[in-house]
Amino acid sequence: MGPIRMARASGWGEGLLRPMPVAGGAILVVVVLAVAAFLPAYQTELVTQMLIYAIFAMSLDLLVGYTGLPSLGHSAYFGLAAYATALLALKLALPFWLAAALGLACAVIGAFLFNLLALRTARAYYLMITLALSQVLWSLAVSWTDVTGGDNGLPGIARPVLGIRLDGAGVWLVFVALVFAVSTLVMWTLVRSPFGYALRGIRENEERMKALGYDVWRYKLLVSMVAAFFAGVAGILFLSLNSFVGPQALSIALSAQVLLMVLVGAAGTLFGSIFGAVAFVLLQNVVSSWTERWLFVVGAVYVLFALFAPAGALVWVRERLRSSRGRSR
Amino acid sequence: MSFWIVNTLNGLSLAMVLFVLSAGLTLVFGLMQIINMAHGSFYLLGGYIALSVIQASGSFIAGLVTACVAVMLLGAGIQRLMLQRLHKQELPQSLLTLGLLFIIADVAFWLWGGNAQLVPKPAMLEGAMTILGVGYPVYRVAIIGMGLFVAVLLWLLLERTRVGALVRAGMDDEEMVRAMGINIPLIFTGMFAFGAGLAALGGVLGGPLLGMFPGADFEVALLAFVVVTVGGLGSVRGAFLGSLLVGLVDNFGAAWFPQFSLFTVIVPMVIVLAIRPTGLAGRA
Repeated sequence: MGPIRMARASGWGEGLLRPMPVAGGAILVVVVLAVAAFLPAYQTELVTQMLIYAIFAMSLDLLVGYTGLPSLGHSAYFGLAAYATALLALKLALPFWLAAALGLACAVIGAFLFNLLALRTARAYYLMITLALSQVLWSLAVSWTDVTGGDNGLPGIARPVLGIRLDGAGVWLVFVALVFAVSTLVMWTLVRSPFGYALRGIRENEERMKALGYDVWRYKLLVSMVAAFFAGVAGILFLSLNSFVGPQALSIALSAQVLLMVLVGAAGTLFGSIFGAVAFVLLQNVVSSWTERWLFVVGAVYVLFALFAPAGALVWVRERLRSSRGRSR
Repeated sequence: MSFWIVNTLNGLSLAMVLFVLSAGLTLVFGLMQIINMAHGSFYLLGGYIALSVIQASGSFIAGLVTACVAVMLLGAGIQRLMLQRLHKQELPQSLLTLGLLFIIADVAFWLWGGNAQLVPKPAMLEGAMTILGVGYPVYRVAIIGMGLFVAVLLWLLLERTRVGALVRAGMDDEEMVRAMGINIPLIFTGMFAFGAGLAALGGVLGGPLLGMFPGADFEVALLAFVVVTVGGLGSVRGAFLGSLLVGLVDNFGAAWFPQFSLFTVIVPMVIVLAIRPTGLAGRA
């Protein structure tokens, strides 16, 4: 499919989704305020986790869904920002916001350096090389115990102060929801901008984009750095949620989980990733509370999705809507 | 001197287990462009099934054959019923095989428990022998032999038989092979089953050395990914070179820098990829 037909096709999809940002924003405000006001701390933190994973998953969707770069190492930036922030706050006693800003800078610089290498490849090779590069950081976090605390990680990072202390579960949720809303808006604007359409063009036909004069490599590098930035935002929020960061934050397991969120939701739709993140946290917590075989159930859900909704939940729903409308006509 | 001999032999025996495992991964990718995330699961199942059969029957050979055949059948079923529907759709394939990874890990945990278990060695390969004046376990030497045997067999199969020629043709131009009236779906199913069987064989051979435990699937899959990335996706020769590199580096790395044992495997790979992004023997 060429870039032009491509653009029209996604224009159709977004036409359908146009009321969604408004409705989504309203739902977010209502849900977040209700949860923060009425639910106990445990459930509040689950909702917080969903929003954090949603930011993380959307950032990966920029690569996987929009640009066609299948990364299996996205936890590298999540963990890098979290570790850097924790180390700067603990060892150098920097104030939280400064440490967080530098942590984000680390994630973006990390993405720049990693992608100098990774972008020499494409498709399956890109997947393997991103996996390997993230494993470099993971193995450092596990084995460089003097600095990273090894498997014990780095505990004891206090939540930041923003006028008031963001300590209570409810207050923290409201803050995370704000960050989530801003991040979503920025990424949504980005994928609807000329830059975003260029990314789709690269996904569909890289050679043609080159022939049209686009500097494909630079576009890829730039979107990787943007994706790393938002992955880092999620990582730092996660660090503050748990007051802790460990090697898990850099693991391939986390990279695989976030990729699954994107794929289950529908790659290349941004909002699908939010659905994927919510579904993932629900599935993990609900299923593990009613059966010991939760891993089996989660695996089976992925298999069923792959077989019956291979393009993801959002696309599946869209197709149902379209075919039912077609029938009524 | 004995340090060099022992670590080289240890590295070579690990390399041969890795080669048997990664050959399956790389062949499946070469033919069908599937990155099978559940490849380590086939290794785990192979080791566990062999363990149970050996404990019940007392025969290593019976365990080896049962494990390979059972996992091949499972692989054939997975390809026929699931993967075939997702031909050339890389992302859903990843979703599917990651799901299978979780399912098989949980079933294995359920059936075989959470403790690490060693697959028993065959009785005739117990004990030690003397190599260049150094005592060394017979079983590890036998593994090196087995690995080389499998390598030669694979080479003969791919280069000297009609099936091998069809597979190579399928790698180069699937549509043309299809157009010539060859039943390529059957070749796909067969190759996926064969790859799964190689992973199971890796599990049986490696089981007495590395043990079977929850998480072993992930651990060896990661090493196999490193091997095929270093060697070049789709190339058996590359898998062989990659296995040697990873096996030797892993052993000497662990001997010299015990704290950084994971790091020492990954760094050479990054260096190789920096110079040759498609791996040592990969095609662009």
